[in-house]
Amino acid sequence: MEHSSPVPGLEFEAPIVELEERISELRAFSQSSDVDLSGQIDELVRKCDEKKRAIYAHLTPWQRVQIARHPQRPLVSDYIKWIVSDFFELHGDQAYRDDPAIVSGLGRIGDRRVMIIGNRKGKTTPEKIDCNFGCAHPEGYRKAMRKMRFAEKFGIPIVSFINTPGAYPGIGAEERGQAFVIARNLFEMASLKVPVVAIVIGEGGSGGALGIGLADRVLMLENSYYSVISPEGCAAILWKDASHASRAAEILKLTSQDLLSFGIVDEVIAEPLAGAHRDHAATTSSVEEAILRHLDEVAPMGVEERIELRHAKYRAIGRFTEELPVG
Amino acid sequence: MSTEESRPREGSRFRRRKEMPTGLWMRCSGCSKMVYKSLVLERGNVCPECNFHFDITSEERIRLLCDPDSFSEEFGSLESVDPLEFVARRSYRERLEQVKEKTGLNEACVVGTADIGGTPVVLGVSDPRFLMGSMGSVVGEKFTRGVDLAHELGRPFIFVSGSGGGARMDEGMFSLMQMAKTSAALQRFSDGGGLFVSILTNPTMGGAMASFAALGDVTLAEPKSLIGFAGPNVIKQTIKADLPSGFQSSEFNLEHGFIDRIVDRQDLREALIRLLAYLCPQA
Ligand SMILES: [Zn+2]
Repeated sequence: MEHSSPVPGLEFEAPIVELEERISELRAFSQSSDVDLSGQIDELVRKCDEKKRAIYAHLTPWQRVQIARHPQRPLVSDYIKWIVSDFFELHGDQAYRDDPAIVSGLGRIGDRRVMIIGNRKGKTTPEKIDCNFGCAHPEGYRKAMRKMRFAEKFGIPIVSFINTPGAYPGIGAEERGQAFVIARNLFEMASLKVPVVAIVIGEGGSGGALGIGLADRVLMLENSYYSVISPEGCAAILWKDASHASRAAEILKLTSQDLLSFGIVDEVIAEPLAGAHRDHAATTSSVEEAILRHLDEVAPMGVEERIELRHAKYRAIGRFTEELPVG
Repeated sequence: MSTEESRPREGSRFRRRKEMPTGLWMRCSGCSKMVYKSLVLERGNVCPECNFHFDITSEERIRLLCDPDSFSEEFGSLESVDPLEFVARRSYRERLEQVKEKTGLNEACVVGTADIGGTPVVLGVSDPRFLMGSMGSVVGEKFTRGVDLAHELGRPFIFVSGSGGGARMDEGMFSLMQMAKTSAALQRFSDGGGLFVSILTNPTMGGAMASFAALGDVTLAEPKSLIGFAGPNVIKQTIKADLPSGFQSSEFNLEHGFIDRIVDRQDLREALIRLLAYLCPQA
């Protein structure tokens, strides 16, 4: 396991971050001074792991939302770095412009050829601004669809990494038909002849997430969230106050476990102890394993069977009562 | 995304509830003029001065579009449950009970078979009185069954959308997934050669607009309707600027190439009859 370097902690993580900092200080001192501190370091590591387990065993939904948004959580670019080989990025929607908020390209995961689609958030401030903090415009959704159709033509499965607060709400986005392109993507993805696996790796922000997320298999990382509306947006509507977001996160039932129990996602991928942001290698490797396992299941199916099952999967989602006619 | 409680504030251009003063005259919320009430009603609840289209109920809509007494409701016993046990200021269950009692409806859309100008169709109509016509599991299910029924009967499917709420927040991800479900159903239907006419009324937003409502072979809209993805207030807060006048209106959507045609309410039936006669000629 790699060294966990201290990460800027969220409030509830402060005790962990504190211990992590002391551990790395001791390690640095031990190395530079040739003093053997391994006993003390081991003891601190044990304490720190205990703390991690204790804190992460009782996360609230709102805390999970914070982890899903953690600045050091692996982004699609990290997945490309760690688990995609031979990546060949492809840009553009051939209609308006290249949307940096969507990344797409050819690559390999394991031995499989795949088309990578993902929401790009960016790491540096200029990057983040460039891709609107992961909020795609209509051209982004069209770009994704263009690459998906291309993949379909050559029989290449599609792997979609979802991580967006939502589709961008702006004047240009509406002028260019945000609602219409998302709808078109849902319509088209329903009939794609190649396997589609989607993974929510961070934020699953409503229609903007679903717009690249209609798939044969929908997976979620343990501390990601997927919601019809952001907790802040929900709180603003219900209590006219975005600061009630933590209450909203509770009632929206947006965690991976909730959605697994609802049958809306197919699998929850466990994160390393104390979150994906502490160990990119381990996180991306678990995701790789899950992607390949699901592709192994859906890829051998006949095209018609797979599309039939995809339709049946979505057809079955919904909860209601019905009084059936008597006789 | 929203809920009944997010109703746009008074004074908004696309105000939803139009108080009808009792008496012979009413003030139009589109042009602020006093107009003769019976004239408004005669025109299908449209202002004779400025052509502002007020809300109408699903019954009224069906009466305006269908051949007399031809509509027969299907799937009418589908009712919402509360899968999230959603409790905010009031519980979802309580809100459902209240709105059912108040409106006599049991959900936000009605689906059934009907004839329009003699052509048999499957028709769905959302009703703004029921939680702003928002889409939860039942709306998604009724829509999807309507599409399947149209497919089975070889009829066109027509849906009149009017959903300020978009996806219904109270059902969380179940609501969001209705976008996928309805869009996938339309894909199948379309693949089989089915005709879907989407009619957009004020307002059609969010998850409804970003799924089935946007997927018509022909997309018609009533004038001056609010049509789009993100609510104007959300956009305003995001960009920290005022929105241009007419932003997200039917006319704006026509200008930007997203809808096929704007049709006045009193001409909708005729427009449908012409389209159906052309696209589904009767033997
Ligand atoms: Zn008027």
